[in-house]
Amino acid sequence: MAKEIYSTYPMVKYLRREALPTALCPGCGGGTVLNAFANAVDGLKLDPKDLVVVSGIGCSAWIASPYFLADTLHTTHGRAIAFATGVKVGLPDKKVVVISGDGDLASIGGNHLIHAARRNIDVTVILVNNFIYGMTGGQVAPTTPFGAKTTTSPYRNIEHPLQISETVAAAGASYVARWTTAHVYQLIESIKTALQVKGFSLVEVISQCPVQYGRRNRMKEPAEMLRWFLRNSVPVSKARKMRPEELEGKFVVGEIVRRERPEFTEELNKLVDEVQEHFGLKGE
Amino acid sequence: MIIRGDEPEQLELLRKLYKPGNYFLQGNEALSYGALFAGCRFYAGYPITPSSEIAETMARELPKLGGYYLQMEDEIGSIAAMVGASWTGFKVMTATSGPGFSLMQENLGYAVMTETPLVLVDVQRSGPSTGQATKGAQGDFFQARWGTHGDHPMVAVSPISGQDAFWEVIRAFNIAERLRTPVVFLFDGVLAHTREQVRIPDVSEVEITYRKLPANEEEAKLPFGDPHGDGVPPMPLFGHGYFTHVTGSTHKENGLRDVYTPEVHDKLVRRIHRKIEKNRDVYESYEERFTDDAEILVVSWGVTARPALGAVIRAREEGIKAGLFVPKTVHPFPGERMRQLGKRVRAVLVPEMNLGQMILEVERHVNDDVLLRGINRIGGVPLTVEEILREIRGVA
Repeated sequence: MAKEIYSTYPMVKYLRREALPTALCPGCGGGTVLNAFANAVDGLKLDPKDLVVVSGIGCSAWIASPYFLADTLHTTHGRAIAFATGVKVGLPDKKVVVISGDGDLASIGGNHLIHAARRNIDVTVILVNNFIYGMTGGQVAPTTPFGAKTTTSPYRNIEHPLQISETVAAAGASYVARWTTAHVYQLIESIKTALQVKGFSLVEVISQCPVQYGRRNRMKEPAEMLRWFLRNSVPVSKARKMRPEELEGKFVVGEIVRRERPEFTEELNKLVDEVQEHFGLKGE
Repeated sequence: MIIRGDEPEQLELLRKLYKPGNYFLQGNEALSYGALFAGCRFYAGYPITPSSEIAETMARELPKLGGYYLQMEDEIGSIAAMVGASWTGFKVMTATSGPGFSLMQENLGYAVMTETPLVLVDVQRSGPSTGQATKGAQGDFFQARWGTHGDHPMVAVSPISGQDAFWEVIRAFNIAERLRTPVVFLFDGVLAHTREQVRIPDVSEVEITYRKLPANEEEAKLPFGDPHGDGVPPMPLFGHGYFTHVTGSTHKENGLRDVYTPEVHDKLVRRIHRKIEKNRDVYESYEERFTDDAEILVVSWGVTARPALGAVIRAREEGIKAGLFVPKTVHPFPGERMRQLGKRVRAVLVPEMNLGQMILEVERHVNDDVLLRGINRIGGVPLTVEEILREIRGVA
């Protein structure tokens, strides 16, 4: 039964069939993200042989690794971007993509995230933000909304969530966009843009986790979470005219930043050329 | 598929840049030049005393050879970037010290599990914790062996001088490539900062080995298989369309995760152990002096092996039958040779700049009737010839 469904799904050519079905919970936003990524790759007619996908640890790390059929590097918790940095320097002509969660990339991996943005290395990061540590059982995360309940904030969360996209934009990324899993087409377009932008790009995807987050916060049905996203999404252009208190609890969606800055691997190779030139070491 | 740094013009570049001859070099510099001769073309690191001159030398020299120096945001990122770069076909190295080595341990385990060749230089400094940051020590003997978690094999190499560091780091790269494994290079703050005469050879004198690449599509599809029966799988590099899946989780021969089948874990981890155990000839290395008729054996490693040699020579001049045994690959410990030597001597002395670490390995291989004694000094000042000689006289 399951096999029949997969065989009729047009994006199945991008998936590692022997790894299916996915380990994601019913109603998880991870499937939407995988679908969006596959559609972006398909839309750009990218050869998966020109892709290396790196992920860390956690539910969202599984989205692309092992399911996406490319060279995949499934790394230690929080370090995916640092691993990807080494891959990109070795393969500057390939598209190097990191797909992982908020707990992985913005919490334990926060340092690598801001420094990769500062360096402006040409890596595309798709950061799936579901406000929670899903795989370990729904503990509070640095992205958990103020006041929300989790297994380790059973009364309420008294910490303020990290604004990931704004932080990465401030750190110097070339491209930052944020969407939710309720904005599938916009998400695909942003992933396409991110894959084409030269420099560090981040697409933050607000995603539903009905099992660990939703059911503890009066949204146990996936659709309820998607309606919550839609109701509270504010386009960037509109958000710029709003006061901070009005934006409390809202999801600002759209392109946060898009700009050109010298890219790291290009600068690195330029430096090598200059040094070799200077010392008369240029080979023919 | 190519291993970067393997191109024929690289030999010409090395020849042009580093004229053979004698130089007055710091240990850290000698080690760095050794790495360049070994083919290292990617270095990712984070500065820490007393290892920083390695980063500085690599930052200066690597671009000349078309290689890359990356200063990462921390030590964890450094070893992570090395693993990523190694899978694209680079020979990679990082250097760190004490606390930095501790931070790298998780990803060192990742490199063991994913069978990623890399060389991790630990310039040992005094600890625990920040300890005496600028002082040398030999306190990381077991951190090198058991620092990361789980059952894992580890190869660790330790030189006794700047000149030795040049050659031993080349050997470390060759072991890493041959066995597709991380190799720890246990240097120390004393040798790292000592300046002495170091001979840079002609590249033709340097023997270089490279990792085994898949011979065909079939081999490439099993990045963790054992097609040649030596326990070492050919390594399909990223970017060549093999769709290789690499994970630190327990995986099958095709790389796909399977953490539920006990046999899969057992088979994988035992093979990773076996490839180290069975390939002793690839990495085992030690030096001996006056061991033929020795009655008192001094066993020492790294920086302390030098005053130990001085003490043994002086003891011989005094008519004491002393000998010296220096493991150069300290893990796995050359236990078989130690056992043979231990049978023939009355006393074994183990000088180290710690409170007794390698002596535990020695103890496992000598009989109870042998007098075994450590000569231990901490505080950052190396042992002297006189101090070790006094102990030799004491048991003579």
